[in-house]
Amino acid sequence: MNMIQAINSAMDIMMERDPDVIVMGEDVGYFGGVFRATAGLQAKHGKTRVFDTPITECGIIGVAVGMGAYGLRPVPEIQFADYIYPALDQLVSEAARLRYRSAGEFTSPITVRSPFGGGIFGGQTHSQSPEGLFTHMSGIKTVIPSTPYDAKGLLIAAIEDNDPTLFFEPKRIYNGPFDGYWDRPSQNWSKHPAGAVPTGYYKIELGKAKIVRAGEALTILAYGTMVHVCTAVVAEAGIDAEIIDLRTLVPLDIETIEASVKKTGRCMIVHEATRTSGFGAELSAIVQERCFYHLEAPIERVTGFDTPYPHSLEWAYFPGPVRIGEALKKIMKDA
Amino acid sequence: MASEHPRANLQPGQNLPRLALHIPEPKFRPGDAVDFAEVDVPPAGEARRPDTADKASGFTDLAYTLVRVLDDDGNAVGPWDPKLSPDVLRRMLRSMALLRAFDERMFRAQRQGKTSFYMKALGEEAVAVAAAYALDYEDMCFPSYRQQGLLIARGWSLVDMMNQIYSNTADRLGGKQLPIMYSVKEAGFFSISGNLTTQYPQAVGWAMASAAKGDTRIAATWCGEGSTAEGDFHSALTFATVYRAPVIFNIVNNQWAISSFSGFAGAEATTFAARAVGYGIAGLRVDGNDALAVYAATQWAAERARTNQGPTLIEHFTYRAEGHSTSDDPGQYRSEGEPNAWPLGDPIKRLKDHLIQIGEWDEERHAAQDKELAEQVKAAQKEAEKNGILGHGLHQPLESLFDGVFEEMPWHLKEQRQQMLDEESASGRPWDRKA
Ligand SMILES: Cc1ncc(C[n+]2csc(CCOP(=O)(O)OP(=O)(O)O)c2C)c(N)n1
Repeated sequence: MNMIQAINSAMDIMMERDPDVIVMGEDVGYFGGVFRATAGLQAKHGKTRVFDTPITECGIIGVAVGMGAYGLRPVPEIQFADYIYPALDQLVSEAARLRYRSAGEFTSPITVRSPFGGGIFGGQTHSQSPEGLFTHMSGIKTVIPSTPYDAKGLLIAAIEDNDPTLFFEPKRIYNGPFDGYWDRPSQNWSKHPAGAVPTGYYKIELGKAKIVRAGEALTILAYGTMVHVCTAVVAEAGIDAEIIDLRTLVPLDIETIEASVKKTGRCMIVHEATRTSGFGAELSAIVQERCFYHLEAPIERVTGFDTPYPHSLEWAYFPGPVRIGEALKKIMKDA
Repeated sequence: MASEHPRANLQPGQNLPRLALHIPEPKFRPGDAVDFAEVDVPPAGEARRPDTADKASGFTDLAYTLVRVLDDDGNAVGPWDPKLSPDVLRRMLRSMALLRAFDERMFRAQRQGKTSFYMKALGEEAVAVAAAYALDYEDMCFPSYRQQGLLIARGWSLVDMMNQIYSNTADRLGGKQLPIMYSVKEAGFFSISGNLTTQYPQAVGWAMASAAKGDTRIAATWCGEGSTAEGDFHSALTFATVYRAPVIFNIVNNQWAISSFSGFAGAEATTFAARAVGYGIAGLRVDGNDALAVYAATQWAAERARTNQGPTLIEHFTYRAEGHSTSDDPGQYRSEGEPNAWPLGDPIKRLKDHLIQIGEWDEERHAAQDKELAEQVKAAQKEAEKNGILGHGLHQPLESLFDGVFEEMPWHLKEQRQQMLDEESASGRPWDRKA
């Protein structure tokens, strides 16, 4: 399966297992979603469980919160993460706070799916990575898969989870892993081991990272598309890096991170999102606090620049092989 | 490069009238004599009562008039008279009076430093209380902070409400919420949010869920007229009309949003009920100080919702007789004469006069009831204060601060909790020192 199919399968299975799961969003119904993630679901599960919504993101999330309070388990889609901002109030002030402010009387067991990230010539409003806005807000979980296998297992876990969860889907790798070489032909998931996705139910626990490549020379913390870019760059540079795919940003798998950095003594953080106050800043602070005496070099952050996401200059902005490669040299300088 | 457009080379003002920006201004400011003669109050009994299955497109007239049942002499007149039994009328009157007594006592408790904050619903008692009587107990309410009358009309414990106001040991919300931001699931009262109008789309979602499940329950929601300007208002009405959600939207037009008069929400140009027209939602404008009109409109809207005819928007035309909250002094921005000059009077007095008019009540019983209710509230307050008041020590265990962020506490919160406890105990736990 590619990642779209895996995500589709997760929703299909959850709708079969739990009559309270419903899917809603702009164009998700009859049409099956602009990325086809919900294709066939309405025909199979009916219009009252999979339906199109008006174009109002605050409405989509506000309505989902109300449905959650009733007892449903909504899986709303925000067409692009760049368009999640109108829903910010409902996500941050409502979904994330409902359990706390009502002492558990009401909860928001909603899973918000949204394609995110760049690398597709999406320009300013089809490329953003706003995860740092949400990891900053207490009461909400943030999940970002990097393979079809993980996407399905994590999405099933997110839907079953009783807390509000943001599920950001790196759209650059919907169809295949992306190594950052935009000028080379892209791969397809069918040739990747993680493209082998069981058709049935399984889940991957939230809050658990995955060591994608074990190594001794340094630790690379990444998620989403960047996992694949880092893997390619490391292979090319012939460096024995340990690459960790965080998979869940909140709650974070601190044990895996800490053990790795203490072993390698070096830590590089890679994300597409802009740098200042990005999630990398939190990771860097955590690693500094916990692994200070093990660090042999300053922590490196390779991130998007603090600019809006550009169109024609995309590959200068994107933390691709060039930028990661230079950062690798820098962090390994005295090794 | 010279433009060829004929106006391109004109200086502002040349041959053209200058534009002017309109900034709304209320009729009366502090010190002004109040005359509400311009407020259009149609006679009671005049508005027609359509069928609950009527098409929304035909409601324009009702969105610009006022549904009124009680006339100036205390008679119930016209097609909207819900013809309630004297018994129900007396119970409704009692709930309204109890709400007023509760507000009075809690407002004073704040002034006495027993809690940090309070908000009254003075003059708006009919809006929440009469609606509660017209809805089923099982229907879900998504209130704003000024519908404590729903809880009182549903017979909820005053002590429990006060415990929340005092953030004391028995506070059902564990001291996590600002006073009056109640949450009572058992009484169909959704957790109040400080963020205005977020409850509007949530109510629609709840109603849609009820419909999708083939349930029979409906949802009702409330916001102030000032809050209708929020984007959530628009998205809620759009969703509700699209899916014909079984929901009742209430707009409590009490003329003021803190210091801003209703003109800043658009009232100079139209009514709030008229908002419904463009969305294809049935719209009613109701005398919000007429408990019978509020009851009748709510009952009508509930029937419309229950029969899958979709949502109704009700504007309750009323007046916020008190300051916005205990933190507000209305004397700074409006004339002191306004509350008394308000042409729709006092909702409690009007229902009382009606009951007297039909021979089912008298001044003596009313005075006795007021006394009894004051005693009831006082007794509840005494009971609640046994569980502590805000400002006299801390009533919740420190570590509970971290409870309920997530269903299960993740490591980082456990770590922060431990850090807090360590720091507190190292410092000698100043919180535990009694004043
Ligand atoms: C999103 C948001 N903006 C601003 C506020 C601050 N605020 C609290 S109440 C209020 C006025 C609301 O007036 P209205 O809707 O007319 O209701 P009323 O207080 O008259 O019942 C404002 C501006 C808030 N709580 N939430």
